[in-house]
Amino acid sequence: MKNALANLSPKALALIGRWAMNLSGQFFSLVGGIAILFGNSSKQISIEVIQLRKASRIALVDQMLRVGIRAIPIIFLVMSAIGVILPLQMFNQLDQFGQADQIATINAIAAFRELGPLMTAIVLSGFAGASIAAELATMSTSEEIEALESMALDPIRFLVVPRLVATVIMTVLLTILADVVMVASGMLTGIKLGLDSDVFLQTTRLAVTSMGFITGLIKAFVYGLLIGLIACHLGLSVKPCQGSAGVGQATTNTVVYGIVAIISAAAVFTLIFYSYGWLV
Amino acid sequence: MINTSETTGPLIRICGLAKTFGCQTVLDGVNLDVNQGEIMVIMGGSGCGKSTLLRHLIGSMLPDQGHVELFGKRTCDLNKKQLTETKKKFGILFQSGALINSLTVGNNVALPLREHTALDESTISIIVKIKLELVGLREHADKLPAQISGGMKKRAGLARAIALDPQILFYDEPSAGLDPVTSAQIDQLIIDLTRKLHVTSVVVTHEMDSAFTIADRICMLDKGKVLKIGTRREFEDLRDSDINNVTNETELLIRQFLRGDADGPITQRIVNSDYEEDLLAVNEDSKLCWCK
Ligand SMILES: Nc1ncnc2c1ncn2[C@@H]1O[C@H](COP(=O)(O)OP(=O)(O)OP(=O)(O)O)[C@@H](O)[C@H]1O
Ligand SMILES: [Mg+2]
Repeated sequence: MKNALANLSPKALALIGRWAMNLSGQFFSLVGGIAILFGNSSKQISIEVIQLRKASRIALVDQMLRVGIRAIPIIFLVMSAIGVILPLQMFNQLDQFGQADQIATINAIAAFRELGPLMTAIVLSGFAGASIAAELATMSTSEEIEALESMALDPIRFLVVPRLVATVIMTVLLTILADVVMVASGMLTGIKLGLDSDVFLQTTRLAVTSMGFITGLIKAFVYGLLIGLIACHLGLSVKPCQGSAGVGQATTNTVVYGIVAIISAAAVFTLIFYSYGWLV
Repeated sequence: MINTSETTGPLIRICGLAKTFGCQTVLDGVNLDVNQGEIMVIMGGSGCGKSTLLRHLIGSMLPDQGHVELFGKRTCDLNKKQLTETKKKFGILFQSGALINSLTVGNNVALPLREHTALDESTISIIVKIKLELVGLREHADKLPAQISGGMKKRAGLARAIALDPQILFYDEPSAGLDPVTSAQIDQLIIDLTRKLHVTSVVVTHEMDSAFTIADRICMLDKGKVLKIGTRREFEDLRDSDINNVTNETELLIRQFLRGDADGPITQRIVNSDYEEDLLAVNEDSKLCWCK
């Protein structure tokens, strides 16, 4: 028995070791790839901003419509649902202490500081991230990226920049929409629960500091950047010889890594903001 | 128009190019010079590395060994800006056409013009019409790549390749999958571009008729090595020679390829291989090579 274990363990250890190596290798290559892509695209974005060519403006608007418009109804739905759930869950407890009006505060803080950016980013990692990754991966497998490079067209400038900028802009804009929808839906729920609409609005206004609003938008900006970078990096890393399996893998990984990255970033942000005393 | 100052030697020079994928050696020391204004046809069996060779010429793959010189300069020594300048001076037609699927055929052709020239839209649209007319696709300018046939994609890819009036053109099987008339038109176009505009062409093709119509010189590849480089005349003589006059094994092999005979050294080679052993799995570990 002991002998068998001794015989087995080096093999098992090697297996676990290889698995860990693989995983950490993948992690570091992802982070490294994203960092490089971020550097390259920042450079290209600054060039684009200086030149401000018509073609790149058109490409940007195209991508913004594609990324953003279809996500609007879903964000509406998700945020109204949360705006119903949160006050209902809170009401009984708060009402016992005669603090039912504080529902507006909780709802507003949750919306502007945390859930607005977070839910928008999660919805967009499906809408924007998956479609960008699938598109770029398909372009890799059908030799389109190679063709662009052979024509001396930089795929980063030509493909990554408009998609990345569009994702960031749309995440920020849709976050504002999400904030508003959640507050409105929370207010309607509150009115149904017997709260006064004027008091609700006033409490909301008091709860939303400009700091809270801005930190929410900063989060949205970073989430958008993460989604765009992960999608573009994974999409472009597909090799022509990987075929359609590579496309599927890139798309799945984009959504999974995207959501993990967004939620980790959310935690890090809140920790930082808390320790700087910005969460008052 | 022709820049002769920088082209003292051959316009394209391939030196000792070698490339291995995993455990499969695809290119094994290829040497080839292509002179200005000539049409070099590259032939070889399917999967012998012709497309891979073209990829090395355009710099989208890096060799394990050896180097490529375009316009007298090693491509691996160029910085990014010089590489961009070099890329503007050649065009490539990919085996699959490689059109950008989100752009219409017309916009695909216009793309390099919009990105690399300062021409205004009206001039670009005229150039696009001219290039599309050359390949017979003027009526299809507004279609998306998904809406046209495989042969049409290839022709649209050709129109895009010649959009910037390049000095070198690489073609990967330009006439495969085309009907005989269109195929002949493409051949004529390749000849016209070379004779009238002094474009240098490297054409990968399987079509013997087409090869013997357009070629100035022919290079025969096999198993990643150059078997023979010669003028069209030499290859024609070899093809039409009596089998009893050919003694050299290599020449016999080329002769079979050119004539498309079912019997000959190429077929013999397959029979002689370790196929039977492989089937019987006699020597499993040494014969099979697993590349991850
Ligand atoms: N990216 C790659 N990864 C691994 N192997 C590859 C890759 N590209 C090509 N190969 C291998 O290299 C060999 C040559 O491929 P290549 O496409 O150059 O052939 P070809 O001569 O163009 O054939 P065909 O006439 O059918 O187009 C093939 O056996 C292929 O499996
Ligand atoms: Mg090929």
